[in-house]
Amino acid sequence: MANPLRAEVVKLYKNLLYLGREYPKGSDYFRDRLRAAFTKNKSVQDPQKIKDMIARGEYVAKELEALYYLRKYRAMKKRYYEE
Amino acid sequence: MSGRVLVGVKRVIDYAVKIRVKPDHSGVVTDGVKHSMNPFCEIAVEEAVKLKEKKLIKEVVAVSCGPQQVQETIRTALAMGADRGIHVEVSGKDYDNMGPLQVSKIMAALAKKEEAQLVILGKQAIDDDCNQTGQMTAALLDWPQGTFASEVTLEGDKVKVVREIDGGLETIKINTPAVVTADLRLNTPRYATLPNIMKAKKKKIANVKPADLGVDMASRVEVLRVDEPPQRQAGMKVETVEDLVGKLKEAGRI
Repeated sequence: MANPLRAEVVKLYKNLLYLGREYPKGSDYFRDRLRAAFTKNKSVQDPQKIKDMIARGEYVAKELEALYYLRKYRAMKKRYYEE
Repeated sequence: MSGRVLVGVKRVIDYAVKIRVKPDHSGVVTDGVKHSMNPFCEIAVEEAVKLKEKKLIKEVVAVSCGPQQVQETIRTALAMGADRGIHVEVSGKDYDNMGPLQVSKIMAALAKKEEAQLVILGKQAIDDDCNQTGQMTAALLDWPQGTFASEVTLEGDKVKVVREIDGGLETIKINTPAVVTADLRLNTPRYATLPNIMKAKKKKIANVKPADLGVDMASRVEVLRVDEPPQRQAGMKVETVEDLVGKLKEAGRI
């Protein structure tokens, strides 16, 4: 296992797990898919490929943040502002 | 000017949770229900942090009133970028009866004590929908207020606030110190990610009691009863205009 990258991968996993708590389809649903995605790529050794996958994971994290923001914004807009 | 901004944050039932009324109609079920920071308070914190990042102010202090659990909400504000927190301990009956009047007295006392340049609050809480705390705080402090702010610009010792009002947008210029309440389109709050929450654990949260600030928590309002909104009646489809007129006459509408 590429050692410094391992710490980054674990950090990414924890971050995504934390973000997944609010997932609309349920945190369990999200957690199962997160574990599946990470274990599928368990044996990858090439540092470049690992970096690419970490970048993809960070992209997913950004997408989740955007999803949560939009949901909240739309809910507030619907509740408090006349359409 | 001290360059200090006070931000009030409220712990409310999460916006996505389905609210249930207690069987005895005395209130809403809160035990075991997911709570989070009021969405408008998130926008208020974001605005304060943005001002600090632009180096227009020096320190952001997050304040929340309530029992032990509000510390989570203060921690979220710290994770978003606030420098330190103040937890005003209010629990039991005092917390159940706590409303905008008591909170604004506390905010006013803290604003004076901390020599705040600006107090930023959310425009209203999604649980009580009072939309009063900001206005009352400004009145108690005799400070100008820029409410329903969709844009805030610091210009020297004045603040330019663009307000969202029924007719459109109103731009006002007020002196500091001032109270601003955040509206939905003021900014896009950042998410308090796990690394930021970890970093925020080092930041301090001070404990204060309302009595220390000389605030009387007695409520002048008594909640008599809480009910669910009436169930929405199903609509009816009609084939022709005559049917529609007939049905309306039946219902006594015309």
